[in-house]
Amino acid sequence: MALSHKVLGRLLRGAAAAAALAFLGLFFAYPLVTILKRGLGGSVPTDVWLDGGTRQIAWFTLWQATVSTVLTLVAGLPLAWVTARLSFRGRGLVRALVVVPFVLPTVVVATAFLALLPSSLQQGVVPILLAHVFFNVAVVVRVVGGYWSRLDPRLWDAAATLGATPVQRFRRLTLPALRPALAAASALTFLFCFTSFGVVVILGGPRYATLEVDIYNLATQSFDLRAAAALSLLQLAAVAVIVVVSSILEGRAGTRIPIAGDLATARRPTRHERLALAAILGGASLLFGLPLAALVRESFATPTGVDLTFYRALWQETPTLLVPPWRAIEYSLLYATGATAIAIVVGGLATVAIAAGRRGGGWLDTIVMLPLGASAVMLGYGFVIGFDAPPLDFRDTWWIIPVVQSLVAAPFVVRILLPALRAIDPRLREAAEVLGAPPGRVVREIDFPLLLRPLGVATGLAFAISLGEFGATVFLARSDRPTLPVAIYRFLERPGATNQGTAAALCVVLMAVTALSVATADRLTARAGRL
Amino acid sequence: MLVVDRVSVSFEGVHALDAVTLAVPTGRTLAVLGPSGSGKTTLLRVVAGLQRADDGRIVLDGADVTAVAVHRRGVGLMFQDHVLFPHRHVAGNVGFGLAIAGRSRREIDRRVGEMLELVGLPGTQRRDVRTLSGGEQQRVALARALAPKPRVLLLDEPLGALDGPLRERLLTDLRDLFAHLRLTVVSVTHDVGEAFSLGHDVAVMRRGRCVQTAEPDALWRNPADAWVARFLGMRNVAEQDGRARVIRPEAVRVAAGEGAVVLWAERSGPAVRMRVRLDDGNELETETAELDHPRAGERVAVTIDPAGVVEVPSWQDPGS
Amino acid sequence: MRAVVAAFAALVVCASAAGAADASRASNTVVLVTHDSFAISKPVESAFERQTGLTLRVLQTGDAGEALNRALLTAGHPEGDAFFGVDNNLLSRALGGNLFVPYAPPALARVDPVYDLDRSHRLVPIDHGDVCLVYDRAWFAKHELPPPRGFEDLIRKGYAKLTVVENPATSTPGLAFMLATVAHFGPGNAPWTFWSEIRNQVLVTDSWDDAYDNRFSGSSSHKGTRPIVVSYSTDPAAEVYFAGKPLPRSPVGVVRNTCFGQVEFAGVLRGAKNPDGARKLVAFMLSQQFQAGIPLTMFVYPVREKTPLPAVFRKFALPVAHPLELSPATIAANRDAWIRTWTDAVLH
Repeated sequence: MALSHKVLGRLLRGAAAAAALAFLGLFFAYPLVTILKRGLGGSVPTDVWLDGGTRQIAWFTLWQATVSTVLTLVAGLPLAWVTARLSFRGRGLVRALVVVPFVLPTVVVATAFLALLPSSLQQGVVPILLAHVFFNVAVVVRVVGGYWSRLDPRLWDAAATLGATPVQRFRRLTLPALRPALAAASALTFLFCFTSFGVVVILGGPRYATLEVDIYNLATQSFDLRAAAALSLLQLAAVAVIVVVSSILEGRAGTRIPIAGDLATARRPTRHERLALAAILGGASLLFGLPLAALVRESFATPTGVDLTFYRALWQETPTLLVPPWRAIEYSLLYATGATAIAIVVGGLATVAIAAGRRGGGWLDTIVMLPLGASAVMLGYGFVIGFDAPPLDFRDTWWIIPVVQSLVAAPFVVRILLPALRAIDPRLREAAEVLGAPPGRVVREIDFPLLLRPLGVATGLAFAISLGEFGATVFLARSDRPTLPVAIYRFLERPGATNQGTAAALCVVLMAVTALSVATADRLTARAGRL
Repeated sequence: MLVVDRVSVSFEGVHALDAVTLAVPTGRTLAVLGPSGSGKTTLLRVVAGLQRADDGRIVLDGADVTAVAVHRRGVGLMFQDHVLFPHRHVAGNVGFGLAIAGRSRREIDRRVGEMLELVGLPGTQRRDVRTLSGGEQQRVALARALAPKPRVLLLDEPLGALDGPLRERLLTDLRDLFAHLRLTVVSVTHDVGEAFSLGHDVAVMRRGRCVQTAEPDALWRNPADAWVARFLGMRNVAEQDGRARVIRPEAVRVAAGEGAVVLWAERSGPAVRMRVRLDDGNELETETAELDHPRAGERVAVTIDPAGVVEVPSWQDPGS
Repeated sequence: MRAVVAAFAALVVCASAAGAADASRASNTVVLVTHDSFAISKPVESAFERQTGLTLRVLQTGDAGEALNRALLTAGHPEGDAFFGVDNNLLSRALGGNLFVPYAPPALARVDPVYDLDRSHRLVPIDHGDVCLVYDRAWFAKHELPPPRGFEDLIRKGYAKLTVVENPATSTPGLAFMLATVAHFGPGNAPWTFWSEIRNQVLVTDSWDDAYDNRFSGSSSHKGTRPIVVSYSTDPAAEVYFAGKPLPRSPVGVVRNTCFGQVEFAGVLRGAKNPDGARKLVAFMLSQQFQAGIPLTMFVYPVREKTPLPAVFRKFALPVAHPLELSPATIAANRDAWIRTWTDAVLH
């Protein structure tokens, strides 16, 4: 039958959506609904929602997330520009390094900041905002930078010859062209800041609480599950709104800016640009380098002088962990690999399904993003009571950790792949079809190669996220199978120079593993993209 | 032989194609001419299989291919602005169709080399397509479309992105190529000169309908109606009571004398176009190839060759 | 490209193999549900496994309060077999949640009755410790100020802005310290008056880690600026033990008359998959071997009489003779109200 492959295509996309939904339904919706039901028991907690304290917390959560997002964009765009458009030595290193803060456990980052900030700034809103920027610049640089590097630079050359100054080019050409990626990056950043926990707890102190912090305290300390459930619902609703708004912004970006494929659109900087480059890299090293350098220094500053004592301790048995610390590296890598694989598959399926449905794809988009907005502790609780009996007796399994980590990583995969997929000129597919390629082959020859670089970005980021996932992992992981963040946390919890030093050494290892894996993902996809 | 048999396509209630019927004998080139929105690109897409027809058939070499999927039709399509695969180099683009068909490496390389020679780009196999000029990209697109030996070649505004001598060159090369390969070609354009140059036959389309199909000379001699005449570039169209009197520009002869004044004269390439105002107020346009032609403001005598006058129906635009 | 996919796939397969090789629940495993501060040394763990033939698995989930709440959440379908980490502040909540089945190991006879707060023996005492004000010796020496000797010193001139306390709503030592002030100043408004007076002098954190590691100047991380913190009476020993080099004196000292006594309990969970194993574990926890290992792993004191203390404890951290106390019943009845009053007095 003529064009039956269109029907087949639609069926396949429906199957993709169904598979993604099934995964999210089982591992996200079900545990969440279980714990919410337990907490609310059927009542509608309007009293909690309307309470003055709740409103205050909700307001604080909202505005600190907004301000943090704006600051992150301001700090991240220059860095995104240099890594996307300018070719300089060490560019790959910068792109990989920038992901490192993202993966560090918030405990560690907060601690590093405290060391650098004057005591007047050690608790309060300012350190919270600074720490948020520190974490989330990675998102802007990778997501926006990734998209930026694939835009055809000739458009900007054309604008320049038409008399547009750099500022005009930025306002009239760059910003509109970047809009899908900016929307994606802003949404992600906003979400992270909105659901921020560790940073607010440590750098904000007890006077500042986001919804997430409040939910955590209500659930784990006061054991007021009803209020915790009520606030969780509130948080979920807010996240859904954020996602919808951002996908509207993303989708409305309309004009297909020609994508230059994997062309190295970066060029050597002009003289003015070199100054800007130096300034930007300098600023970045200050903001990122200092805290990280402090951590590195700490890992070498042993009581017996500057040596490798703490690193050697990684192989020693210690009562702090039930296994020698180096095992945490092993478990982290294994879990992260599994989580990344799941995230790529689920995220990829969801992307295909969302991209195919014209207007209707939006709801699936929102659902995929929801795990980022769910409280980790509530989800963890949901797992603990939802998966405690056959046939869903998953509580004890080793693979539940990668699954949980993938819930947090998959949304990133979608946010990165979706704009990239949408940007592929459909006529390229038509050209392939006319030349005789059946639908499956078209995907192989057109979609895959053109998505290879975004896929690399997505893989790297997903891996980093899984490595650094702490909230749900610490909840569900077995104590004899710690991940790096969990191990770091345990060591930080104990007094004594050796414990603190070992924690610092583990941090350095975590940073190195992250940077290495992200750089490798970048390198591999860059090379594979050439045919 | 390509036959388009009463093909209709509607988008949201509007006819993009309305019972269009065309036939292209093997080895001949049909130029489909029309303004934007006339449905010519849609027609091309229907023939290629990228657009489903609501009614009608496409018959290729005697076989009804209306229900055949795109990738099995064996047509070649050259897009407006080429749409080369950015992630493949020149040989990767040109050899794409052959690779899909499972040809051997050796055969692909041979044919790619052959095609590149044919389009005048020998030795460019390893070049990055994004570093090519517009004209070169167009040629690569052509080579890519031709490599799998399609039964019919479809071109969408092949010269659209080019200008001046480049156009002329490519035009000549295309014509020669089509003749040399004895291809069946449908080329869609809005440019009259291009259509006349390329096409053995020209089909004029308007609002989804095929208004007239004829050889260029026949078209020129007898445009179907006033609209076609104007579209072909004839300015001397006087309408009255549903009929129009069309005077072909070359039928207006200008010589030294009295009776009209030259309003303007401008050269476009080898010919000079002039507009004269007769003493009775009418204005006419004419063309001449003379170097020594009247200038603006001069008084001239105008004679009209009755062989160059034709009566055609008027055409009211129902939509305006 | 193919190589990459192959490598990735291989890694995933390895991960699966590694995971599958470890069966989730062998019948000879016993799972201990506890908090983050639980620790057991390898020799002691191996001894247990050898003696009982059981494999020990530990599930650590937050501080004492969080771990207990999680157990309450899964009451009847517990995540493990035995629970360790209920302290006297949480005793009523734990017992009220019907989490445990009674079990009195024979070794209970060797425990000082003053620690045996649950006569029904659904929970048995395992260790005890104190939450006190801990101070940085070097700081006070440098500033030529005598270290504080009691609560009242915190209000005195010269001691302003030197203290870090934890939020009793979110931290177990924070809660203990607040209870200490109630025990010390007596019933009524006196403790809250004290807190109102020092509210601007103290820095409040949400957790002990943040307070000790980041804000206290005397911890080995050297990040903090405040020389007084609410912490544990065993800190002097811990700081020496983990110093990485021998120290003649401990860098921190304890304000002994601000100490509030804590007892920690363990019990067999109702609905456990391996109740027999749980009983063996609880019994083992009162054994000489385990009790002797408690100081250097968890930095609290054993409850079993005549258990020898390690040298570093004997030198730097002898148990507090008469810590402040409140009965579990009193705590249970008033805790939430007191926390609210505290929050109003200090944070708002």
